[in-house]
Amino acid sequence: MIRMIAGRLPQIAVTLALLSLAAYLAIGAMPGDPISLAMMADPRLGPDDVARMRALHGLDQPLLARWWAWASGVLRGEFGYSRLFARPAAEVLWPALRGSLVLLGTALALAATLGVAAGMLAALRPRWRGAVDAAALLSQALPAFWLGILLIILFAVTLGWLPAGGAPQEGGLAEAARFLVLPVATLAIAHLAAYARHTAAGMAEILQSPWITAARARGAGEARIALRHALPNAAVPLLSILALDAGALVSGALITETVFARPGMGKLLTDAVMGNDHNLALLALMLVATTTLLATLAADLAQRALDPRLGQGR
Amino acid sequence: MKGGAGGHWRLRLGLAILLLLAAAALAAPWVAAWLGVDPELPDLLARQAGPSAAHPLGTDELGRDILVRLLVGARVSLAVGIAAALASSAVGLAAGLLAAWRGGWVDAALMRLADGLLALPALPLLVLLAAMDPAALGLPRGSAVADVLRIVLILAIFGWVGVARLCRAAALSVLARDHVRAARALGVGEGRLLRRHVAPALAAPLTVAGSLAVAGAILAESTLSFLGLGIQPPSASWGNMLANAQDLVFSAPLAALWPGLAIALAVAGAMLVADGLREARHQSS
Repeated sequence: MIRMIAGRLPQIAVTLALLSLAAYLAIGAMPGDPISLAMMADPRLGPDDVARMRALHGLDQPLLARWWAWASGVLRGEFGYSRLFARPAAEVLWPALRGSLVLLGTALALAATLGVAAGMLAALRPRWRGAVDAAALLSQALPAFWLGILLIILFAVTLGWLPAGGAPQEGGLAEAARFLVLPVATLAIAHLAAYARHTAAGMAEILQSPWITAARARGAGEARIALRHALPNAAVPLLSILALDAGALVSGALITETVFARPGMGKLLTDAVMGNDHNLALLALMLVATTTLLATLAADLAQRALDPRLGQGR
Repeated sequence: MKGGAGGHWRLRLGLAILLLLAAAALAAPWVAAWLGVDPELPDLLARQAGPSAAHPLGTDELGRDILVRLLVGARVSLAVGIAAALASSAVGLAAGLLAAWRGGWVDAALMRLADGLLALPALPLLVLLAAMDPAALGLPRGSAVADVLRIVLILAIFGWVGVARLCRAAALSVLARDHVRAARALGVGEGRLLRRHVAPALAAPLTVAGSLAVAGAILAESTLSFLGLGIQPPSASWGNMLANAQDLVFSAPLAALWPGLAIALAVAGAMLVADGLREARHQSS
């Protein structure tokens, strides 16, 4: 296990370095740079001022040199300033990250719980299998933004029970929860299907295996068989979905945040990319990629701990 | 478990849905001519009208007919979905086959690349790519056709991964079989080996991955267009119709219904085809 971690960490570091380079070049290839935005804002700027400002901000350097300057700064723990917000990038990032963690943490916990429950229902009660299959298909086919709009139309416009979007300015936990209901529901429905499908398929397969029959023959109750014998084994592949979703926890949910006008990482990341805000965009992207890659590593380790056969393949 | 009919039932339903949408997309110009409306021409006097004989589904905020725009949007969605799936399949097939056939460092490099792409959040990166200047990549910009090409290219960058993994696994299992090793030992050329023995075994996983890619591409295109990065107005696409409709949920909630329903129908159709093909494959093997 130690050897696996030691082998994977350098791979992760190389991936991150290459990704940051690719992202830097991609943002650099977008039309306009910070100085062209300044020129649009101030008609008095002449060619001399522009050249001076480009040199001052290092924008006359080739992209590769700028990326190197950025990367060596990050290694010293300097993330630079956000150009859009004129504040340190890390300081801008924090509130968005908190918003995304709350929103996606709630939604994913709900999706995993309900999805596993639905998958178990489909595997244990064949009568329900068709209904669960149909629900899973529906939840994967519905575009998240449309679902969000429909929920707004129903619960905010027609019934007027819940706010259509935004975040509460004041009020306690209960008020904040009211704003969370619709976006959490949108996200949970979208993420539920993968858990339900994999649980159903895994459980159905495992329930056929000889050792389940053996457990039954020894007199284990059906509930015990389902929860203690079948579920932990069916859960092994679920860990990799969970790991990918851990990345979503940090990358936020651009669509849901846009539809419900909530501050979050998805929106921040997009705004930063669109606004040519290299420091902020790269900090956010690196955070997301690091989290996803580490979560994948953790999921692989956990899968091996749960199922020792996986380690013997290589 | 459901018996032989399960897969075919899904396959048929999915194909029926997709064919229906394709027929609707092809009929767009005739319906437009029959109703006497132009899908891109605003008619401000008739904006946000309810359903009537002239506009069966009503009009949007600029007075354009929603039904005709839906049909035109079907062309965009299906074209993007199929083109992106074809591009992803072609690249994925080549990469998967190369990785399985060559092995060694080629395999390792391709699969690490695939892992990396899979581990990254797709949507922010799609947005990043969609925001890039198409001219910097040597693509034309401006027209609807250029938009479609750009989206197809962006979707293929991420779409090939799933296809490549499935093809690699299938090719590896064929290459390890006795009759293939025997053929190789008898001196059958590598090209003939791949054509005669490996290619037929890849057909099944390729069709499954391809139809899943269609579903993914349709969803991704509508999402990008919804965010304003995909097909640009005044060209109609289901995604950008919804973007406009969201601003009007209070005054015209019905306008938001149709494009989303169309997207869900198309995606569900493609996914049913994939499910049906997968089940049929399990039953035959």
